[in-house]
Amino acid sequence: MQQPGFFDLMSFGPGGWGPAMLTGALVTLALALCGFAIGAVFGAVAAFAKIAGGRIARTIADIYTTVLRGIPDLLVIYLFYFGGSTVLTSIGRLFGHDGFIGLPGFATGAIAIGIVSGAQHTEVFRGAFRAVHRGEIEAAIAAGMHPFLRFRRIIAPLVLRYALPGLGNIWQIVLKESALVSVTGVVELLRQAQVGAGSERQPFTFYFAAAILYLVITSLSSITFRQAEGYFSRGVRRSR
Amino acid sequence: MRDAATPSAKVAVRLEDLHKYFGPLEVLKGISLDAREGEVVSILGASGSGKSTMLRCINMLEVPTSGTVTVGEETITLETDRRGRPRPANRRQVDRVRTKVGMVFQTFNLWSHKTILENVIEAPVHVQGRDKRECIEEAEALLDKVGIADKRDHYPAHLSGGQQQRAAIARALAQQPEVMLFDEPTSALDPELVGEVLRVMRGLAEEGRTMLVVTHEMGFARDVSNRVVFLHQGLIEAEGAPQDLFSGGGSERFQKFIAG
Amino acid sequence: MSFAFFQETLLTLLPGVPLTLELAFLSTAIGAVLAVTLALMRLSGVLPLDYFARAYVFAFRGTPLLVQIFLIYYGLSQFPAVRQSVFWPVLREPFWCAIIALSLNTGAYGSEVVRGGLLSVPHGQVEAARAVGMSGLLLFRRIVLPQAIRQALPAYGTELILMVKATSLASIITLMEITGRAAKLISDTYRVIEVFVVAGAIYLIINFVLTRIILALEFWLTPHLRERPEARELPADSAGEHA
Repeated sequence: MQQPGFFDLMSFGPGGWGPAMLTGALVTLALALCGFAIGAVFGAVAAFAKIAGGRIARTIADIYTTVLRGIPDLLVIYLFYFGGSTVLTSIGRLFGHDGFIGLPGFATGAIAIGIVSGAQHTEVFRGAFRAVHRGEIEAAIAAGMHPFLRFRRIIAPLVLRYALPGLGNIWQIVLKESALVSVTGVVELLRQAQVGAGSERQPFTFYFAAAILYLVITSLSSITFRQAEGYFSRGVRRSR
Repeated sequence: MRDAATPSAKVAVRLEDLHKYFGPLEVLKGISLDAREGEVVSILGASGSGKSTMLRCINMLEVPTSGTVTVGEETITLETDRRGRPRPANRRQVDRVRTKVGMVFQTFNLWSHKTILENVIEAPVHVQGRDKRECIEEAEALLDKVGIADKRDHYPAHLSGGQQQRAAIARALAQQPEVMLFDEPTSALDPELVGEVLRVMRGLAEEGRTMLVVTHEMGFARDVSNRVVFLHQGLIEAEGAPQDLFSGGGSERFQKFIAG
Repeated sequence: MSFAFFQETLLTLLPGVPLTLELAFLSTAIGAVLAVTLALMRLSGVLPLDYFARAYVFAFRGTPLLVQIFLIYYGLSQFPAVRQSVFWPVLREPFWCAIIALSLNTGAYGSEVVRGGLLSVPHGQVEAARAVGMSGLLLFRRIVLPQAIRQALPAYGTELILMVKATSLASIITLMEITGRAAKLISDTYRVIEVFVVAGAIYLIINFVLTRIILALEFWLTPHLRERPEARELPADSAGEHA
């Protein structure tokens, strides 16, 4: 019996898994984007707490980053996946609904990834803020800028500039982390590969295809980030 | 040397009995000083004498522990926060005063992510809410005046220290300030770049701008300013017209100081 | 939440600790050998070796670890040649597949750390060694490697912590290490929070202890960065103070 080859399986024709795998890749991308954005919010808040917060806020932020850096991300995903459902199920029971209520996997996954990457965002933002030259902030104060204007026009762009390389790293990590969400049944790229592998009984072909797609996404991302770095660090290097 | 501003001129900056502590250290021990409109006041003193702190109190970059600061008609009201530390009672008032006061720093402090032109129009457009096109025209004129019109689209990192400092002066002028503060504007410059900055400052003095200049440049203090103030350990030790002080007046310590 | 349940959870999860540590240490050790090999290939100046190492690092850093684990554990069985080979008894085992995947993965990340360490050794050090007649392996072993290790150690410590966390993925291919046991306990009892807290605490303690060990190792390996020790011999006139 002749087994279908790699390109037959991944084709876009009838019976081909091309469209499904591409859709999976898009879900991965969406999942990573949402997780990254949520993480950026958590990171910004925690970084602010560490920089300017009182003792309590600082301690909470410290605990957050220490704990999230020390425990496996998979555990956090389990916590949100099962934990969220448990809470929902018990609420359901209050209203007379018997049985297990699952949480939308995509949202849970994005939040879990966000919480995990938020700890990394925190350190990146904090480091970037430290890199900002104090005098530039002082000049903004002396020019009469009120705190929000100062943040929007001076501090945020400067912090972003210094944070960009770190953010690029986090993005790569988040992209790969998103594969873990496949354990909760969200049909992202890896889960889609699993489905295909199971139904065609050609696991290597499908996981290999997934690996290639991940490589494409991570490579394109690093090119994009490099360009963004060039744009945002204008004025840092001498003009060529 | 310029004629002293007429005594009848209005007071531009008034400091009354200014005290400032950094922790247990008393940096200013009761400073009172008037600068009248059109006057150029040079503030001299050894490092640690409190001269920069005094200057930074004028636009509340440092909040004095006690005493009052008046800029133009406006006396900045202070209050104490919960921990008993002084702070301005009205943030809007402080921002208003700050737009009336242009400041030039020792380390230029140009915003590194903005071009020279963007640096100059930033405060007029975004703080004062003025028309952008008008501000650009004005900024170009200012850059021309300080001699770096051709650098308008460069980023600060691409300029020499002297050019950066002149850009910083243009930025401060763009606020249309009533008072200009200079905090050791030439101390971070290579010796060969000091002259170009001093020339710009001398030009401003000749226009009749009110300037308070913390400096180590004796030539500038002697030839350009109307008044010299000498600080020693947080107090004004000598004060007067440069021709008096530099010809043997003032305290013995001042004479020793200018002798180097 | 009850104390009894916490205790029960702890007793269920603790037996997973040896497996977690075994996975982490074994794959970090194998990965370190791989990392040094790859770094040397990068720096060899031999183009085919350099390109191979680059491609390897690119592939393993650009794809998720879980995909790598699946490729090895599920993927390889697709090929009859693999199933009939002498390696099959090893490749059939989830434990060894996890070790292989983790080692290959950390080897890629580690090679960058090692490369940075090797590059940080000042050229003058190499020249000085040449001047006293060292060359080749001796020079590398006695002069370059010790300095590179000291330089790379902090980053490699971070890599070890990341590996401890990464071992949790082995639970997805049925290994009952800490996370595997935690997941099973959760699906048996639905007491998510308690299990999470206990499992998280175990990982935190492991990583805390490892961090301390690495710090101690760093201290031990960098005597030249420490404060200058007090001179041993007492000056003669200090005797008077005892009088």
